Amino acid sequence: MRVGLFVPCYVDAFEPEVGIATLELLERLGCTVEYPFDQTCCGQPMTNTGCHAEAAATEALFVKNFSGFDYVVAPSGSCVHQVREHLTAIPQTDEVRHVRSSTYELVEFLHDVLKVEALPWASFPHKVAYHTNCNALRGIHHARPSELVKPYYSKPLDLLRLVDGVELVDLARPDECCGFGGTFSVFEPAVSAKMGYDKVADQNRAGAEYVVSADSSCLMHQKGCAERLGLPLKYIHISQVLNGATA
Amino acid sequence: MSARDAILAEIRRNRPAGDFPLPEVPLFAPLIGDDLVVEFGERLKRMGGRVAHPEASDIFAAVRERLDGAKVVASAVPELTGNRDLRAVRYPQEVEDVDVAVVRAVFGIAETGSVLFTQDQLIVNAVAYLAQHLVVLLDPADILPNVQAAYRRPEFGRSAYAVLHTGPSATADIEGVLIHGAQGVRSLTVVMQPKTA
Amino acid sequence: MSVEDLNPREREGVIHPEVRAPNDESERSQDGVRLQHAEAASKPIRAPQIREPQPRGAKIRGDRPINQAEAAERFLAAPLHQAAHDERLWDLRKKRDASAHGIPEWEELRELASQIKTHTLSHLDHYLEQFEAAAKANGVHVHWAKDGADHNRIVLEILKSHGAKTLVKSKSMLTEECGFRHHMDANGIEVIETDLGERIQQLDNEEPSHVVAPAVHKTRMDVAEVFAKTLGTDPDNDDAHYLAESQRETTRPYILKADAGMTGCNFAIAETGSVVTCTNEGNADLSGNVPPLQIHSIGIEKIIPKVEHLGVFIRLLSRSALGSPITQYTSHFRAPRRGIEMHMVLVDNGRSERLGMEEFWTSLKCIRCGACMNTCPVYRRSGGLSYGATYSGPIGLIIDPTFNKRKYSTLPFSSTMNGSCTNVCPVKINIHEQIFAWRKVLVEEHQIPALKQGMMKAAGAVLSRPAAYRAAIGAADSALKVLPRFAVYNPLNTWGKKREMPEAPRQSFHAWYKQNRMKGTPQ
Repeated sequence: MRVGLFVPCYVDAFEPEVGIATLELLERLGCTVEYPFDQTCCGQPMTNTGCHAEAAATEALFVKNFSGFDYVVAPSGSCVHQVREHLTAIPQTDEVRHVRSSTYELVEFLHDVLKVEALPWASFPHKVAYHTNCNALRGIHHARPSELVKPYYSKPLDLLRLVDGVELVDLARPDECCGFGGTFSVFEPAVSAKMGYDKVADQNRAGAEYVVSADSSCLMHQKGCAERLGLPLKYIHISQVLNGATA
Repeated sequence: MSARDAILAEIRRNRPAGDFPLPEVPLFAPLIGDDLVVEFGERLKRMGGRVAHPEASDIFAAVRERLDGAKVVASAVPELTGNRDLRAVRYPQEVEDVDVAVVRAVFGIAETGSVLFTQDQLIVNAVAYLAQHLVVLLDPADILPNVQAAYRRPEFGRSAYAVLHTGPSATADIEGVLIHGAQGVRSLTVVMQPKTA
Repeated sequence: MSVEDLNPREREGVIHPEVRAPNDESERSQDGVRLQHAEAASKPIRAPQIREPQPRGAKIRGDRPINQAEAAERFLAAPLHQAAHDERLWDLRKKRDASAHGIPEWEELRELASQIKTHTLSHLDHYLEQFEAAAKANGVHVHWAKDGADHNRIVLEILKSHGAKTLVKSKSMLTEECGFRHHMDANGIEVIETDLGERIQQLDNEEPSHVVAPAVHKTRMDVAEVFAKTLGTDPDNDDAHYLAESQRETTRPYILKADAGMTGCNFAIAETGSVVTCTNEGNADLSGNVPPLQIHSIGIEKIIPKVEHLGVFIRLLSRSALGSPITQYTSHFRAPRRGIEMHMVLVDNGRSERLGMEEFWTSLKCIRCGACMNTCPVYRRSGGLSYGATYSGPIGLIIDPTFNKRKYSTLPFSSTMNGSCTNVCPVKINIHEQIFAWRKVLVEEHQIPALKQGMMKAAGAVLSRPAAYRAAIGAADSALKVLPRFAVYNPLNTWGKKREMPEAPRQSFHAWYKQNRMKGTPQ
């Protein structure tokens, strides 16, 4: 199985460990992983701002980098949501459609494609608040959102169940948005930060030591908020926990 | 072109493309127990209404104190004689001093604890809102299981006015504090009393 | 570890503990159980009793784009108001969840409601004609209004022809849309709102901030202040029961003396010509049943084909809005009372045009329950008035630009597009997808600031050229240099004002990969 690894720009720049953990984890699970060296971004910042024309060249580059793989895997729900649902600024050739439909977020790739049943190396003996980032939750269906009257399921929690020692704490508002929202975080900073403060206060009150999420951008925002409020919370991406990080 | 024709023409010009058939609406299984009287009562109480059962000596035993303390009682039911004749009312404003109004419901709905009135039961529609308190007679045999069953009834298609009351007038517009008697009646009591033949 | 250990539960409680009121003033049932029907909070939620001036809404400057972010920032600067507002609306969302999860066919009901609405909207001409014919046969006078001004003119003519000077009305978002009250004021007609929340807003000369709870942004102290000034109540008494009773006592004389009564419309039934209203206070019934002239204002999108369809919508409406199984009153007005005239005004005001907007016409399915506002994390922290529009919150973001693209061009950006609104919508409007689609339209029509679009153009130019991108990141791969331009796409550091900046890692993933996995590979 040939897997193309997409490391989103902010992961590349700020959370390289997430890219490394994703790469190592996929390799541990038997995938042949390639990292197309000319990759940059999925186009999401422009598209989410309504600037589709401005995203076209970036989208074309993405497709050029990632065509020819069985799967494209990225440790980011929002980027995968962008590729799958919104990579539409360029003509929809067979190649484009193939890239879009074969792009997976890491958790769903592990859960649905690799069907991972054991992670013997993984141990994370901590109190954890899980943050369900919105694009993964409602855009690519990581879990049953609290609004819907459907049977409960959660792919990320299924995976965390395979990690020794994780103790999950209960949040008052488990799937409320944390306020990152991509460019929202800079164009509407007051509301964005307040949502973040409320989110990290909820995590702190729940007694979490660590917040685990499948999206580094939400984590970066929450970490910035927690540090500003002086809360002793630590933030770590699920790829690192699943790959055996212990702290 | 009249506004009417202009609007209709614009609608026709802008008709959404696609086929949008009208779905069949199934009658879902009622989400309640078999005892409709109990279910109705429990739900009505949660909606702020009161439930009473007649006593052998007095149908209105549960609201007797309220009736006795009232200056003006308007009754639209043969089971009680009030002191304000609704049939003699010419203007709705005349019932503004009614303390207690007594009316019979067409039917009840167990799913919600609602009762239905039309202009025929109310005689003066406004009395159900201007009165301070409302007492409702409901035949236990007239309780329907759910809202969907209610909307299969003919009253909605033929009554000038039909209204479902579910408990009393209520508001919580100020900081979520629930208050009964927002604009309409301060209390609604349903007395489970079969209709007289 | 058992499976249950990892099933998430929701922790009881609030995220703003300061709003947990020490005592509980809500009504009790006959059995002494605390009641939470209608729009009641499920637990006492109250802003701390410290005077904090009420934050006001967005500044309106003609057609200039609304600065929602600025108004939201002022709302956030009133923390007592903001915390109470957030908890109160979140509580309604939780009540909605509890109510919905009690109904196994909930998702099927939403789908049915959506299909009934899309069917009706795609045959709207037919159903409007059917409605008109039925209403006329019932003895109702039917009018058609092209826009808000037309509506106001028609109603004014009806009132004048009856010599009517005073009108009592129940809540109607449509009449807000039409600027009805202001127009009547200017023409010497006294209009009295009879919904408590709406009356509070009228007396405070402020628009409703929420479609279902118009004064939800006000604390009881704000209400006490407004009532003291306008109704002469005791300014030091902010007891909610006292305030509500004062409003009842002062409104009733108007209801009794009004020359005309008006209601809005939740549903209009084509087969019977009926107007259906849903209220908790019974004020639509007072407005419709007491005055000697009766007027109903109806948005043309309110039509549904048959009475039996109410079985779907009534089951969804109040549960979605408030978590209550039904409103206290569900009223069906079909024909005039003996001796009085009944008028129905069918109002377009942009709806027929919206029907032709391929990506946005399904917003006409909206039944105005407010569930999307209650769940919206941005709305709860901004207040409804920050949107500077008749419709606020998620549904407002997609409806308002249809009325004025320039003025409301900023609104679709006041969202994180988290999608919760779409999931709670009882008629399954894809709200967050329409927000996304509006952004594209507004950019194409040059309704976003040139600076913003310029930034995106610059970002797109660099992100599509790997070498330029890597160069921009910096020769030393110092990620921190990236932040202002790429990760946050902003020349001004709005990120760092309220959040700590991420630390620059030793090297980027890209550099790590090159160093560790490409040894010997020529670059």
